Amino acid sequence: MTDWPILSAVTFLPLAGVVVLLLMREDSAAGRRNILNVSLFTTIVTFLVSLWVWWDFDYSNPGFQMIEKHAWLGTGISYHLGVDGISVLFVVLSAFLMPFCVLASWVTIEKRLKQYMIAFLLLEVFMVGVFVSLDIVLFYVFFEAGLIPMFIIIGVWGGKDRVYASYKFFLYTLLGSVLMLLAIMAMYWQAGTTDIAELLAYNFPRQMQTWLWLAFFASFAVKMPMWPVHTWLPDAHVQAPTAGSVILAGILLKLGGYGFLRFSLPMFPLASEYFAPMVFSLSIVAIIYTSLVAMMQSDIKKLIAYSSVAHMGYVTMGIFAANTQGVQGAIFQMLSHGIVSGALFLCVGVVYDRTHTREISAYGGLVNNMPKYAVAFMVFTMANVGLPGTSGFVGEITTLLGAFRANTWVAFFATTGVILSACYALWLYRRVIFGALEKDSLKSLLDLSGREKAILYPLVVLTIFFGVYPAPVFDATAASVDLLVNNYTAAVQAAQDVALSAKMTTGRD
Amino acid sequence: MTAETFLVSLHLSTPELILAVGAMVLLMIGVFTGEKSSGLITGLAVGLLAVSVAWLIWQTGDGEAYGGVFLSDPFARFMKVLTLAGSMVTLIMSAGEARSAGIDRFEFPVLVVLATLGMLLMISANDLISVYLALELQSLALYVVAAMHRDNLRSTEAGLKYFVLGALSSGMLLYGMSLVYGFTGHTGFEAIASALSAEGRSLGLVFGLVFILAGVAFKISAVPFHMWTPDVYEGAPTPVTAFFAAAPKIAAMAMLIRLVITPFEPIVADWRQIVVFISIASMLLGAFAAIGQRNIKRLMAYSSIGHMGYALVGLASGSMAGVRGVLIYMLVYMVMTLGTFACILAMKRKDGNHVENVDDLAGLSQTNPLMATVLTVMMFSLAGIPPLAGFFAKYFVFMAAIEAQLYALAIIGVLASVVGAYYYLRVIKLMWFDEAKGEFARPSGVLRLVYGLSGLFVAAYVLIGGPIGTAAEVAARTFF
Repeated sequence: MTDWPILSAVTFLPLAGVVVLLLMREDSAAGRRNILNVSLFTTIVTFLVSLWVWWDFDYSNPGFQMIEKHAWLGTGISYHLGVDGISVLFVVLSAFLMPFCVLASWVTIEKRLKQYMIAFLLLEVFMVGVFVSLDIVLFYVFFEAGLIPMFIIIGVWGGKDRVYASYKFFLYTLLGSVLMLLAIMAMYWQAGTTDIAELLAYNFPRQMQTWLWLAFFASFAVKMPMWPVHTWLPDAHVQAPTAGSVILAGILLKLGGYGFLRFSLPMFPLASEYFAPMVFSLSIVAIIYTSLVAMMQSDIKKLIAYSSVAHMGYVTMGIFAANTQGVQGAIFQMLSHGIVSGALFLCVGVVYDRTHTREISAYGGLVNNMPKYAVAFMVFTMANVGLPGTSGFVGEITTLLGAFRANTWVAFFATTGVILSACYALWLYRRVIFGALEKDSLKSLLDLSGREKAILYPLVVLTIFFGVYPAPVFDATAASVDLLVNNYTAAVQAAQDVALSAKMTTGRD
Repeated sequence: MTAETFLVSLHLSTPELILAVGAMVLLMIGVFTGEKSSGLITGLAVGLLAVSVAWLIWQTGDGEAYGGVFLSDPFARFMKVLTLAGSMVTLIMSAGEARSAGIDRFEFPVLVVLATLGMLLMISANDLISVYLALELQSLALYVVAAMHRDNLRSTEAGLKYFVLGALSSGMLLYGMSLVYGFTGHTGFEAIASALSAEGRSLGLVFGLVFILAGVAFKISAVPFHMWTPDVYEGAPTPVTAFFAAAPKIAAMAMLIRLVITPFEPIVADWRQIVVFISIASMLLGAFAAIGQRNIKRLMAYSSIGHMGYALVGLASGSMAGVRGVLIYMLVYMVMTLGTFACILAMKRKDGNHVENVDDLAGLSQTNPLMATVLTVMMFSLAGIPPLAGFFAKYFVFMAAIEAQLYALAIIGVLASVVGAYYYLRVIKLMWFDEAKGEFARPSGVLRLVYGLSGLFVAAYVLIGGPIGTAAEVAARTFF
């Protein structure tokens, strides 16, 4: 254990980068390069610190670790940080993806680079902050604050319909979140605290759980996004710059899943059990319907965006299966999807930078002049399909196992999603990579540059590594997930016992 | 009244005395030195206000004065400091802009000081009569200030409109007061409260209450008595608008809090319905009506209507948490308003022309990144997005509403805030996403200082919110 505030450090380190950037100018080529170097340096250092967090993390302790607690705004709101097995890897994932975002923006961002990097570093602060918060108000602050930089990123550096996409992104997510805010206040007056650790131990009355669960669901379902409130995602993805899409798919979508795991399931177990069939239904619709929609897309980014919605369907299904496999699988699926979908967007960015189009029909035969690219893209496509040997497979099979234990039919329908994902992903791959290299605009394309190799190769390695050897993830999450699932089962069981004994008493009368 | 109690009274009302005597002295200086003295008098007026603030902060004597019509307590001190700060900052801001805004007269700072004096008396008033007198002192000064640019058609129109509607509302207030007096037999706040809890309320008293609340709602520009706000905001010279948006709102809100929490405390169920209705109507109108606005001053007028609605959410709960929420809300609202108006005052083209359309802000992030950043922070804060101050202000008022189980009010309120976010986003969109159409002249140092500091306050509220919350809590404990 360390005695210095390592979680505060990993959260607020990017702010130091922001301060340095504020003092810099970008009007010369040298100034531009300095800005990029400072941003890259900051994100890499943050990542190293986050690795340290992982290194220091005690796998056998299911509770919160590395706790920091200070009085903050009065009335019970405290500055309380800590990580457990559920959150620690998300911290690492967030910090891990950031250097790639900086690298991906190396040449593509031509205007207002300084502001762009500041927005990204602020976004990193807020995202990491979400995962380390142990005070529910602090959590909400970080959760919502991320909207500000993302709104600016989509709106300033986005594509043609960026204004529409940024508004839709902002207002959709805000609308979901404000109801959660009211629920948070209601929890405060009920339990007398905003401390997550204490709220986890508090038993909310059954009636109240239902309402609170719905309010939280409104927020997380939009963030996730779950069908039918997913429509902001394809717009935001398509319009955002490459790095923005990576963060959106890689981390922002995980906030919803993390919220379900941190709040909905452990704090409102009875409501979770009550609403599980609804979540299952929505998940299945998401998996099947959005996979079908993905098949019909003509825009590469849109296709990947819809496939993200489908993959998030597995996550919600796994979480609300509420058994060890389901929850473990959901966490793994989120981490894996963070890497794979991030990588896929980076792949799209590679060809987009060269041709400035995302139309699938504009491509074809890239294997002929971009073989290295074709290999990297293939690995990620396979991981997206869930091919054994890639990290995508591990996540899908464990969530499906969990769902199978909870409800066979759910698992049955969800499995069809695996087939459908193979359809759209392989079809996409064939249309972009294979075929004859006929289009003139493509003939002169060069294969991966050194920078692009540095972006894609580590992700290829990780995708395969976690596909073959997922133990590092499962080891880290196991203890906390067991605790969560046991508490959940105990709460549901206790409620059933009470109901049963009540029925028996009335039966006797 | 013995000599001793009189001295105590004088001591308790020292800040008001400083302003009253000071204003007359300033007037004399102005009259004898003529028009050219306006800069000097503005400076002296700021000094007067600063002395009052200092007195309020370091002299902590509390109690009743002048036979109970005047009350000094932690709540009054908190609100007075806010009001004085609001007046002071607007005076400082107007100093540089007075000539181009057409208010370059020595009467302006004197009238602002007099209006501020009225506000302080409103905050401390503990009797229906003293409430009315204080309110009229404030209002009369404000009517003149609104029409300060007397050669300008819009400014005089604003002054006249404000006067006619203000007189109407004063009439309603006075009628309500007479009913309350008639049905309780008292004008003192505590006496009314004890009469109400002893005898219960009669229908006539509820009528009186309705009229009083209608009169006060006019002063805080809450729906359905908000009609004057957009016109007056738009028509009045911009420094005056900044003044209207900040200090008088604080004072009127303080008066409303004291009115409903002290004399009408026993009939909380009656006034709560009214406050809830006014609050919901203000939030919704503020959110929807602002969408179509093109003039940024009108936009801010609707925005302030909405914000009064949010502040009333806290008041509707009628609890300690609620009053604390309102106090924090008013503080944050004032800082946001002053910061935003500093930016609006800085919207001056290079040829010296002031522009007021939202579209004129297009591309500001390229031409003046600092101002664009501050205005962005202000807009996100007004929209209530964390981690900015506006979020915490909303957090505390909604928290009180949830405690009082006013769920419908809270839900409508947060949904209205999402609608409201739309038009704040439009301002941000113009500044960041659009191309610049023209550049503004470099803002004066004072304006940069004001918007810089308020931007810093709003962004750093997460760091300094603790002591502010404590101060507001101490002030709110006055009533509970």
